[in-house]
Amino acid sequence: MLIGTPKEQIKGERRVALTPESARALAKLGHTALIESGAGVEAGFSDAAYAEAGVEVVQNAGVVWSKSDIVAKVRPPSEGELAQMREGQTLISFFNPAGNDALMEQARDKGASVIAMEMVPRISRAQKMDALSSMANIAGYRAVIEAGNNFGRFFTGQVTAAGKVPPARVLVIGAGVAGLAAIGTATSLGAITLAFDVRPEVAEQIESMGAEFVYLDFEESSQNSAATGGYAAPSSPEFREKQLEKFRELAPDIDIVICTALIPNREAPELWTEDMVKAMKPGSVIVDLAAEKGGNCKLTVPDEKIVTDNGVTIVGYTDFPSRMASQASTLYSTNIRHMLTDLTPKKDGVVDHNMEDDVIRGATVTHKGEITWPPPPPKVKAIAAAPKKEKPRELTAEEKKANELAAFKAQTRNQVTLLAVGALLLLGVGLVAPASFMQHFIVFVLAVFVGFQVIWGVAHSLHTPLMAVTNAISSIIILGALMQIGSGSFLVILLAALSVFMAGINIFGGFLVTRRMLAMFQKS
Amino acid sequence: MEYGFTTAAYVVAAVLFILSLGGLSGQESAKRAVWYGIAGMALAVAATLIGPGAGLWLLSLLLIAGGAIIGYQLATRVQMTQMPELVAAMHSLVGLAAVFVGLIAHIELGRVLAMDAEQRAALDGFAALLAKKDGVEISILRVELFLGIFIGAVTFTGSVVAYGKLAGKVNSAAKKLPGGHMLNAAAAALAVLCLIWYFNTGGFFPLFLMTLAALFIGYHLIMGIGGADMPVVVSMLNSYSGWAAAAIGFSLGNDLLIVVGALVGSSGAILSYIMCKAMNRSFISVILGGFGGSAGPAMEVEGEQIAIDADGVAAALEDADSVIIIPGYGMAVAQAQQNVAELTRRLRAKGKNVRFAIHPVAGRLPGHMNVLLAEAKVPYDIVLEMDEINDDFPSTDVAIVIGSNDIVNPAAQDDPNSPIAGMPVLECWKAKQVFVSKRGQGTGYSGIENPLFFKDNTRMFYGDAKKSLEDLLTRIT
Repeated sequence: MLIGTPKEQIKGERRVALTPESARALAKLGHTALIESGAGVEAGFSDAAYAEAGVEVVQNAGVVWSKSDIVAKVRPPSEGELAQMREGQTLISFFNPAGNDALMEQARDKGASVIAMEMVPRISRAQKMDALSSMANIAGYRAVIEAGNNFGRFFTGQVTAAGKVPPARVLVIGAGVAGLAAIGTATSLGAITLAFDVRPEVAEQIESMGAEFVYLDFEESSQNSAATGGYAAPSSPEFREKQLEKFRELAPDIDIVICTALIPNREAPELWTEDMVKAMKPGSVIVDLAAEKGGNCKLTVPDEKIVTDNGVTIVGYTDFPSRMASQASTLYSTNIRHMLTDLTPKKDGVVDHNMEDDVIRGATVTHKGEITWPPPPPKVKAIAAAPKKEKPRELTAEEKKANELAAFKAQTRNQVTLLAVGALLLLGVGLVAPASFMQHFIVFVLAVFVGFQVIWGVAHSLHTPLMAVTNAISSIIILGALMQIGSGSFLVILLAALSVFMAGINIFGGFLVTRRMLAMFQKS
Repeated sequence: MEYGFTTAAYVVAAVLFILSLGGLSGQESAKRAVWYGIAGMALAVAATLIGPGAGLWLLSLLLIAGGAIIGYQLATRVQMTQMPELVAAMHSLVGLAAVFVGLIAHIELGRVLAMDAEQRAALDGFAALLAKKDGVEISILRVELFLGIFIGAVTFTGSVVAYGKLAGKVNSAAKKLPGGHMLNAAAAALAVLCLIWYFNTGGFFPLFLMTLAALFIGYHLIMGIGGADMPVVVSMLNSYSGWAAAAIGFSLGNDLLIVVGALVGSSGAILSYIMCKAMNRSFISVILGGFGGSAGPAMEVEGEQIAIDADGVAAALEDADSVIIIPGYGMAVAQAQQNVAELTRRLRAKGKNVRFAIHPVAGRLPGHMNVLLAEAKVPYDIVLEMDEINDDFPSTDVAIVIGSNDIVNPAAQDDPNSPIAGMPVLECWKAKQVFVSKRGQGTGYSGIENPLFFKDNTRMFYGDAKKSLEDLLTRIT
């Protein structure tokens, strides 16, 4: 099929949905590609490079829209662009279906299919087409670079001939993909990085990236993001209060704040308040990646960089990925290509828009004249639900006492029952057996009892010597043979002699080998 | 004739034996404890030779000396990797001796019973002891010696088969004759019939028939148990040899035999219990052989096994601060313990924290790995038990698995349908990086796929364990 990519129309958007490299890969799927002249220039891909990769370069966008079977774009289409679509045509791009009812209806009326890249479900299989993650990754990296650009000091601490330079202290709020990328970038530049997230299970990821997780001392059962597809959910007012208190405490010592906290389909929560900004040192930098959704800091002005009265720079750009157009286009076009791979299961250039497929179904917002958004929940959970953690709850003194008492009672009951049964059995035996037997029997029972008491104390590491030594002493059977050897016929003497001989081997072999083994155990 | 001196000596010997076992609670006290055992044995034998066993004492001494020579040879020549075989072989000797002693008791009983009162009065030694017994006592005696012979015979053939399997002379896979456990049950039923028969008639034939049945049970039972269950089997045979001695003690009226038999019997029983618990299986299921049927399809294992070469392992070890090594039977088979120890010494010399994690059923004998590492001069205070070290894996940089499989299988925790579900395992996958030294891609003894090998932080270090470690040692100085 013919896959076309027009030039992005929104001003300042430098990314492109098709690169020469992805075009080559698409050719392997049996597709041919079409691109508007100059679409890739700002991302560093010339028309000549496309032509070399076998892409047909056309002069105007109208041709792209009318000729292609599938149109791949970055930004949501404008009304004018959508109007050029026809029935059966497919659009793959970001679409923001949650806030774009009018566009969605327009696409439905046109009979076009729309695959919204931000709707790709977060399951393992779909990671390769998760454009939100690849863009967030870039945004996180760029946020730190942008902060460094506006920050007057080194990130890393140095001791130079000209004096000591303290390392920058960076706080990353929200440890999603962007947050983690920011942490990685900041730590690799040498900054001391702190990070916070409402989902405590990401603490491990934060620490693995080299940052310190900011723990809150909070009782409430914390969020389990498995239920929300790996995203954060709004937190309770008490939790928020605690969180802000912690940030307030940190603010004076922090040089750079990277805000990445977003909750799906909601305005960004305010986490870095005005008084915190005031508490920061002059020259500090705040980069607010949530600016588009109102910002985690209310002073943020979207798309602009401002400096507050106390000299704190707040960067509110919303186009971080576009500022790294080449990298962003490479990753985005790869996401698109993976989506097309799934749409072309037979690799024969024929698109099979399979609505049974979790990923394709999830991302499709209009199809065959119907709005198919929002999708049903995917059959595969994004993240396996975290096993309920056994919280080692602090027991109160009374509870402890009660538990101990219960355990003690149970133990007593157990022991008494065992003793009673044992005594009854002994009594039963005693009733029928003669006294001479009972004498031996009591010795036997006592010996078993002593044996159990003693053996439980043996160290696990000495089990092999234990076996060897019990082996040696079980040759005590030699006593039986010795007693019998002098009594009676030749057969008796022969058997007894053999027994004595075998037991002799065992006694010496057993003890010697035990000694040999024990001598080997050495302390360091 | 009463021997006051002998009884006194027996009491002392019994106390010494108890101390000898109790002393095994720690490595240092154990070195003293073994002397208690030796002293106790010497005292018991000497007292018996002077007292009730005085007949033919010269012959007895010669035989013991002969046994001593062979025992000495065995004990000094045996390789530490061969300990399981040696222990099994020695069990078989105890079992056979118990059978013989039981048979003698039977023969003597028959002889004494045939005598009239006057002749009986003239008897001495063992026969005199028998002569004093009345009707009920003789009946009980018959049951006792019957039991002694039965347990002894099971122990004998069982140990011989176990020896064969451990020494590689018999195929270690579980094998059963057609009929399976029905054959065992039939043999056991036959033995019970023989007991009733013997109890009533006292003839030799039922005793003989029972002995054959018991020999068969011992053989067939152990043939049906596979290699990795051997720790349980050997402990169980250890226990049996004790009970056999105790039963013989009853029939001879010898308290020391009873005491020691009971000590050994309970020791073996506890060991079996610990081993079974470490595998999360019931004793019955181990003895009856084979793993229980799984409750459903096993979890799909996703991912692939990624191989790594010695350079990669060496680099990771250079970077690591803390290392935990998990040895298994594969290390014993490859005789790699010396190389493991050398690796440990070199890493420790660089100030790295190297420790060993030992699963209770690693190897073919309880405590087998500890002995092998001790032989290679690994200090015992860095060799830790599963419970002591399991919580430390998350803070460990590198875990090295050498020749173990099921004891590090995460399916035991994650997959309720796994045949080993619920078995306590070493959680090595929580370490930052796991290296698995393994011959090839096959599954372990139990044939269970091990998801550990497919984890993201696991790298497979293929090849013979000894060879691989030699390679590694050339890269770490």
